[in-house]
Amino acid sequence: MAVIRDVMPAFDLLQPGSAADAQKLLEQNGEDAWVMAGGLDSFDWLKDRIKKPKVLVDLSGVEELKGIRATSDGVEIGAMTTLTEIANHPAIQKDYGVLAQAVELVASPQIRNQGTLGGNVSQDARCWYYRGGWPCYRAGGNICYADTPVGRNREHAIFGADRCVAVHPSDSAPALIVLDAKFVMQTPKGERVVAAEDYFVGPETDITRLNILQPGDLLTAIRIPATWAGAKFYFEKVRDRNVWDFPLMNVASAMKLSGGTISDIRIAVNAAAPKPMRLKAVEDAARGKPANAETGEMAGKLAVEGAVPLQYNGYKIPLMRNLVKRAIAGEQEAA
Amino acid sequence: MPEMEDSNTNSKAQQITRRRFILGVIAGGAVVGAASYRILSPGGRAHSGGERLITLNVNGTMRRVEVMKQETLAWTLRYKLGLTGTKLGCDRAECGACTVLIDDVPHYSCSVLTNTVRGKSVTTIEGLAAADGTLHPVQKAVVDEQGFQCAFCTSGFIMSAVGFLKTHPAPTRTELAHGISGNLCRCQDYNKILDAMMRGAEYMRYGVPAASQRRA
Repeated sequence: MAVIRDVMPAFDLLQPGSAADAQKLLEQNGEDAWVMAGGLDSFDWLKDRIKKPKVLVDLSGVEELKGIRATSDGVEIGAMTTLTEIANHPAIQKDYGVLAQAVELVASPQIRNQGTLGGNVSQDARCWYYRGGWPCYRAGGNICYADTPVGRNREHAIFGADRCVAVHPSDSAPALIVLDAKFVMQTPKGERVVAAEDYFVGPETDITRLNILQPGDLLTAIRIPATWAGAKFYFEKVRDRNVWDFPLMNVASAMKLSGGTISDIRIAVNAAAPKPMRLKAVEDAARGKPANAETGEMAGKLAVEGAVPLQYNGYKIPLMRNLVKRAIAGEQEAA
Repeated sequence: MPEMEDSNTNSKAQQITRRRFILGVIAGGAVVGAASYRILSPGGRAHSGGERLITLNVNGTMRRVEVMKQETLAWTLRYKLGLTGTKLGCDRAECGACTVLIDDVPHYSCSVLTNTVRGKSVTTIEGLAAADGTLHPVQKAVVDEQGFQCAFCTSGFIMSAVGFLKTHPAPTRTELAHGISGNLCRCQDYNKILDAMMRGAEYMRYGVPAASQRRA
C-alpha cells in the first residue's frame, strides 16, 4: 500500500510511571487502548491508518518493567528490557546463551536498542495482506487472501493453519520455550503466570490474536528458571536478508548430554505455524539417543510429519527438516 | 519577494542563485508541511490531539517546542526545530536515514514519539561538530575518504557509527559492518562507507592527523 508520510492520526497519549498504573489504564480503556512497548510494531499499524486506537498507553517510562534480575531460581527479565541489553548481558550469555543468540538476530541494531522482549513475544502477525489492511479472517473478515492459488504465501505456515495461514514472527519465542520460561501478567483479576508455550494461541482458539493477552492485561516479566542453565544450546534463524528480516524459519534447542547421549532435550521452531511450535514428539524420540547426525536425521523427518505446504512455501519442509537436524547434531555433524 | 516587483525583473532574476532558489523551495515546502499537519491533527478530536509545550534537550541545548501527542521525534527535529540534517527516508524503521542518538544510543527517530524523550538527551548530526566548527572525527573521516555517493543516508550512517563506536571503540571491519547494519544506502556504496567509518574509528582512537586538519 502507499506509504503515507505524514503525522499519525491523533490519539490520547498516556504515560504511566508504574506497572500498576499502566495495568489500571489498560483496564479502564479496554478495547480503546493500545499498549506500546518499543513501538516498532505499533507505528506501522498507526502510520498506515489500519489500527486507530483512541488511547495509547506508552510503557517507556515504567522503570520497574526494565532490567534483568537474578532470582532464587534463575533470572527475571522485565518485559520492557531492550533486546540489546539482553543480548549483551553477561549472565544471559553465560547461562542462557540461546536467548542471547536469538535476540541478537532480531531486526537491526537500532530496533534492538528500542525493541523489548515483551514486545517481541507480543508482536502481531506479519502477513502482508493482514498488515496491508485487507479484510481477512484475522482482521475480522471471512476470507484468507494468502491461501489462494495465486496468493503470495512463501512466508506462510506449513503447520497449524486454520483459515488464517500467517506465522508467528518472533525470534525470542522459541528460545524462551526451550528455556521453559514463564510469562508473568498483571490482569484485572490479579497476577497470572503461564508457561511460554501457553502464552501463544493459534487461530483455532482466537483468530484475531497471537497470544492470550486480553484488553486490560499487561505482560510485566518473563522468568527463566535455572533448569536449563548452561545446557548445550543451538539457535539458527533463516531469512532473506541478514538484517531487518523476520524469520522464514528459526529453531532453538537445549540439550543435556551425558557422554554423547541426549539425557534431556527441548526443541522449538517458529515461523512454521501461527504459534511457536514445541516439538514434543521429536524430544521424546531423541531422548536417550546419541547427539549425532543419525538422530538428527530421524528427528528432522519426524518433525515435518503432517506438514501441509501452500502454493509457494513447500521449501519450508526441507528447511525445517534440516534445521531440526542441525539443532540436534550441530552444524558440523549435520553437514 | 519584493525584488520581483522591480521593473527590471530579468537581471534581478539572474541574481537569484541556485542555492537561494533551493532554499526558497525548502521554505515553501515547510510552510505546506506545517499547514497540512495543522489541518490533519486535531480534527474532530481537538481535546485529545492538541499540542503541548515541552522542553527537549537537543544537542546540549534546552529547546522549548510545541508537539502533538502523536508526533515523532524525526518530525519535531526537522519541521519544528529546523534540524534537517536528520533525514526521513522510509518513515517505517527500515532505512536508518533518521538515526539519532538518544542518551548516546542510536534510535530511528521516525519511530520514537517526541513525548517519550523528555528528560533524555538527543544528539543529531548537527550536534556532532565542536562549537568552533571542528568536525567530529567520524565526520572528518567521511570527508577524507569521500565515504558517500548521493549522501542522503550519510547523516544516519554517521550517527549509527558514532553510537556504535561509543561502546565498541576498536571494532574489526566485520564488527563495524554489523554495528551499522541498521542503515541502508540506496547507492550501494557500502564499501566506501565502511572505509570511512573504519577511518573514523581510527581518528577517534589516535586523533585526526594534522595533514587532514590542514586540508579542511
